Order: sequence, then structure tokens, then C-alpha cells
Amino acid sequence: MTQQATAANTEMIPVTIDGKETRVASGTTILEAAKHLGIRIPTLCYHEDLCVEGVCRICVVEIEGMWTLQASCTYPITQAITVKTHSPKVRKARRHILDLMFSEHYGECYSCARNNNCELQNLAQEYGVDEYRFGHPDLPIFNIDKSSFAITRDNNKCIQCRRCVRTCAEFQEVKALENVGRGNKTAIGTFLDKPLGEVVCINCGQCINRCPTGALTAKDQTDLVWDAIEDPTKHVVIQTAPAPRAAIGEEFGLEPGTPMTWEMNSALREVGFNKVFDTNFTADLTIIEEGTELILRLYKTLVQGDTSMPLPQFTSCSPGWVKYIEHFYPEYLGNVSSAKSPQQMFGAMIKTYYAEKNNIDPKDIVSVALMPCTAKKFECNRPEMADSGHQDVDFGLTTRELAKMIRESGINLPDMPKSDFDSPFGTASGSGVIFAATGGVMEAALRSVLEFVTGKQVENFYDHADIIPVRGFEGCRYVELKIPEEVGPVPAIIQHLVPDWNWIKGATVKVGVAHGTGNARKVMEDIKAGGKFSECHFIEVMACPGGCLGGGGQPIPTNLDIREARAKAIYAEDRAYGEAGKARKSHENEAVLKVYQEFLKEGPCGHLSHKLLHTDYTPRGKYID
Amino acid sequence: MLISQHEQTLDQLQGLVEKHGDQRNALIPILQDFRDQSGQITDYAMQAVANLLKIEPSEVYGVVSFYSFLSERPQGNFVIRLCRTISCDMAGKQAVARQLENDLGITFGETTKDGRFSLEWANCMGVCDQGPAMLVNETLYTKVSPEKVGEILDSFKSRA
Repeated sequence: MTQQATAANTEMIPVTIDGKETRVASGTTILEAAKHLGIRIPTLCYHEDLCVEGVCRICVVEIEGMWTLQASCTYPITQAITVKTHSPKVRKARRHILDLMFSEHYGECYSCARNNNCELQNLAQEYGVDEYRFGHPDLPIFNIDKSSFAITRDNNKCIQCRRCVRTCAEFQEVKALENVGRGNKTAIGTFLDKPLGEVVCINCGQCINRCPTGALTAKDQTDLVWDAIEDPTKHVVIQTAPAPRAAIGEEFGLEPGTPMTWEMNSALREVGFNKVFDTNFTADLTIIEEGTELILRLYKTLVQGDTSMPLPQFTSCSPGWVKYIEHFYPEYLGNVSSAKSPQQMFGAMIKTYYAEKNNIDPKDIVSVALMPCTAKKFECNRPEMADSGHQDVDFGLTTRELAKMIRESGINLPDMPKSDFDSPFGTASGSGVIFAATGGVMEAALRSVLEFVTGKQVENFYDHADIIPVRGFEGCRYVELKIPEEVGPVPAIIQHLVPDWNWIKGATVKVGVAHGTGNARKVMEDIKAGGKFSECHFIEVMACPGGCLGGGGQPIPTNLDIREARAKAIYAEDRAYGEAGKARKSHENEAVLKVYQEFLKEGPCGHLSHKLLHTDYTPRGKYID
Repeated sequence: MLISQHEQTLDQLQGLVEKHGDQRNALIPILQDFRDQSGQITDYAMQAVANLLKIEPSEVYGVVSFYSFLSERPQGNFVIRLCRTISCDMAGKQAVARQLENDLGITFGETTKDGRFSLEWANCMGVCDQGPAMLVNETLYTKVSPEKVGEILDSFKSRA
């Protein structure tokens, strides 16, 4: 490119939109310029998280001197223009576009999971759709695909905006969904149009969060949970993950980032759950198990020269990531921590430790998990997740499903009194809370590992124990941490595994963090090519952008601002734990320590731990029959 | 030595990757050649080519389902495509279609039992002034009449 052309690219160009004037950099789209001026142009296929596609045409505008209308999301401003965003011609075109969509949109709003939170419905109202000018199907055209444990696809409601395709391709790089066919036969489909449950899909549900209609929804299990609650012979317990608390308020009209932890506890008891537990308890347990596993891997590989447990160790909390690596990089399954996710650890503990302690037959326990996640629905149905002798977790509910149950109970969540979690697991540590954000598992693990090795408080090394370098929303992060020269004694809990810390003192621990499987792929390819991530000792991967707080089961809509607000709420809660004098590190969680005294007597990574809290993985590959 | 169908497909595709390259933009030429060699782009072939080009099978399926010349269905040695759009229709494509169906004993969308001829509809071939237009594999025939159909078919029947 010549210098002149480069200069032209940064030139500021005058633009007039609806009579308002401004200057924008060359290449700015009309949609961006309008947003800058505070003018709203309706969109459907456009999504802030994704690349521009320009297929739905709802954002058309009139440009003075141009004969045809232009899609404002794709039109780059390169010369002075005057734009009308709501002229009669534009309004009429938008109505026609909507009418065309309705000519292929089968489904009734009041029975739709997205009723009152549907972008198509909103636009129909906004543009006064009063008749179906081009007809309206009165019978379904497609079968509803319910084959997946996590995601239900109803193509009858699809308007072919392709947000799901872009999410799956760019964001997650899974490419389970694709445009299939041509012309009027085009539909969103999968490889060979197979059911979603049979193709390479990681169940992350990111497509659901970006679908403007009800074409993609999480598999709804609320009726089954209601049945269990109504059954007097069943003891129904629920564990709640940290991410939903930071987001469920959005379902009740609150601003993103309004934490509802304690109100939700009361609401859940009102709904009818017998006990409300904090998944963070097993998040803390995960840190002990996974942290111990990491120490073991380091010791075996670096000191004993034993390569049976390869480095780097990958986290295993995110079921989307686990299925991703099973499909795409099965040769690295040995690197994935064998520790189960907090949800599954809790499931196993409830039907063994809790059942025994409270004299309840585990077959009468219905174990429900509130998760920000659709992949957890798949995870709890994995055949290997039955180490308690029963299915460890019976139902995984998303934040949206639980909000629905709370509304059905006539409860307005923000009005509920505050209450704590139930014993014997109680309130967990702040380290458990930050599991919800990308980098959180890493930070929690580092807090504990640093204290184990140095025998000193993390606060000596990081202000308020906030390990800032691993935080943030950058896609792939690489961080080096120095272990001090001065080490402490090996804590009693892992004394049987390593004799001393001399081998690690003064060493540099290299860690990586990635969120979104698209970023995970970058890390994996770097490892394969022998790049800097291949030198890492420990890598945290979360399948969803932003970590669990941006999960596929979280309230809709989502974008970077919303995810940042939720992250802020998560870190604020961790801080508040410290200020209230509660534990902020996993190994300070008293309930966890008690479990090791009373139940898992051989300590972390011991025999019983391995039976109940660890698992193995299935190399799936990418070929399907 | 017995070679499984999959191994044979993979060999074939590896050869085509050597010829056309392993970039994403080699997909269509590879699929075209594979179709010519095998008459059909199988499920396994789609997955195998995706693997060789480091893309995903769904993308390959998206391409195969988009182009009517890339068929997932088994097709005969000679694929006859008759234009069905308006100019050819007005020039008498219906009579040609009936003649083809009669002579081959199959309807559109089918393949003869001996696996030699397939009959397909096609849309505009860009020779609207010379309709009805018809393609047999890559040979174009214009101003086709029912009388000419027999002649054309005979010229292919004698080929291997």
C-alpha cells in the first residue's frame, strides 16, 4: 500500500446522520458512526462479539444520492455522506424484511423459551408488524433436534442470521454449525445434517447466548426438577456455582454485575430445595486435589525424571474444554488434570459423605447443580460420573432455568432476605468464588501452592493476595512467577507425597490462561510447535469467553461490557470475604480440612480421593460414522 | 492385498492434496477431481479432506451441499443435466425431459441400474438463446430436440 493510501485511511471524514453531523475515521461503518451519535439502528445478524456478516438487512439505511438502500453494519464510510436511518423508504423496507422472515418463522411466542427476550419479537413490535404480508407457516417445517444433552435446536424459529455459525467458527473454533444447502433450501445445519448430539459439539452453549430468537435453547429440565421437589420421598439438594450469582439478577431486571448470592439462597429454599450448598466448597477441594496433582507432576517430571504425568498440566473444570480436547487434541489427554470438576466432585461427595453423615439413602437424594453452563448437562450424564454408585449429579440447571423456577414460585429475587449456605459444607473461600472468572482457577491454585511452598501468607508477595497478572480478559495469557529462595516445611496434608521443597526453591513457575476454545486452540498449536506455552507448568482453560461468567447458561444477552461487569462482581465478592474475615484461600476452608480428617483420610490424591474425586477421559477424535 | 475403502479414499485424497496444495482454497479443485474419479463424495471423504486441509468437516459439507456439481449421492459415469429455467422451458425442455426419461428408464434425480447414466435438473447454463441446453458431464449440447436425444445417448453408450 502506498503512503498516500495509508494517510487516506486515517483521514477524518464528515458524515451527517439524521441531520446530526460528526467526523469519523475512514472505514468506520455507518452503524458505528450512528452509535457514536447516539442514533439507534436496529440489527439482527450483527453482534458485538462477532465479525460482521451483513445477511439480515434489517439495518438498511438510505444514503443521499444512492439508488439502493445499504446495510449500515457493512458500509464503510470513505467519503462524505448524508444518511437517513428512519426515512419512509427505510421503514417500509424493514417491515418487508421482517415480513419475509415471518414467512418462514414457525412458532408461537407464548410457548417459546425466549418470549419477552427475543430480538425478532422486539423488532416486530417496534416496526408494527400487523399482518403476514408474505404468509406465515402454520405447520412446522423442521423437526426439533433434542438429541444433545445440552442444546435444543428448533430450526423452525431460525432466521438464518448465522450468529451461531460465526460464534462456533470464530469464537470457539469448533464449527459444529454451518450453513448447509443453497438458495431457498439454505438452513443452519451440522455435518451431514446429523443430530447435534452425534456431531463434534462441545456443548458450550455460546450459540444460545447469541441466538436472537428461540432457535437455539438449553435443554430445559425444570419440569423434572419440579417433580423431584414435589416427591416427598426425595431429598432434593442444590449446589450453586459462583458465576450464576453474579448474573441471575439480570433476569430480574437488575444491572449486570449485581451479586445475588445470599438472596438466592433464601429463594432456593422457598422454591423447595431441602438444602442449598455452595459449589465453591468443591472448588476449594478441586484446588487441593488439582494443586497436589500439579506438585506431584512437577516433582515426578523434574526431580524423578518420571514422564508418566506430563507437563503442562491442564485444568479440567470446564466440561466444554474437556470435550474440546477429547475431540481435537486427544493425544494431550494425559496432560489434563484427572481431578473432576467442582460440580462432579460435589455430586460424589453428596451421595457418599453427606448421605452417610445425615443417614440418608443416596438413592433418595436428587442432586441438582445450578451452573452458568450448558455443558454441565452433558458432564453430569457422562457414564463414568457415577462413582458414588448412583448418577453423581442428577440435573444441571442453567442460570436461566433457575430464574424461571424462581419466577414460577412467585418470588422477586431482589426482595428476598439474605441467608447463608447450609452446613456441613457451609460458605467456601474467596478462591472458590473467583473460579467464575477466567484466570480464577489459576489464581486460586497459585495462592495455595505459594503458601504450601513458602509457608508464608500470599499477602507477603501480592497485595491483598490478588494475583493481578493472571487476571484480565486477554485471550491467551502467559505469566511467569518466581518461587522465593526461602521455602517452608511441607504441610502435613501432602507430606506423604514430597519430602521437602528444596527442588523448587528459586524456580520460575510458568503458567498460561486461555478462555474461549478458539484461544485454547492457539495455545495448543503453540505447544505443538514448541512455543512458549510448551514450557508452561500449568495452564488454565475455560471453554467460554470470560470464563464461567460468560457461560452458555447465563442470562441473554451477553457482550464484553456485561462480562466485565460480572467479573467485577466476582472479584468484589472475593475481596468482601477477606474484609469480613472469611477464608480467601482454598486450603483455609475449614469444611474442606474437615473432610480430609473425617472422610478422605489418605489425603489429597489418596485412594478414596482417586475413586470419588478423580476421573479419566475419552479420546473421541473427529471422525464420525 | 486387500485395501479398505477408507484407505483407498485417503490415498486418493492425499494424491489430490499433493496436486492442489493443502490450503483451504484447494478444497473445491480437490472435491471436483475426487468427484470425477469416484462419482460421489462420501461422508468419509468429506471428513478425510477436512483433516488434510486442517478445516472442519462441517465446512466441507457446507461447500458440497451448496454446489449441485458436487454430489454426496452416488452418480453414474455420465451425468446428464438438463436446464429447467424459463428460456429453455419455452424452447421445449419438457419434451426433451420426457424423451430422456423414456430412453433411460429413470426419472430425474435417479441413476440407471448399470450405474452409467444419471439424470439431473440444472439451472441456467448461460446459453439461453440456444435452448434447450443440456450438459453431459462437461460437454454442452444446445438446441436439443427429442430426436437428438437418442443420438447423444448412443454416442455415450458406446463409450467405456
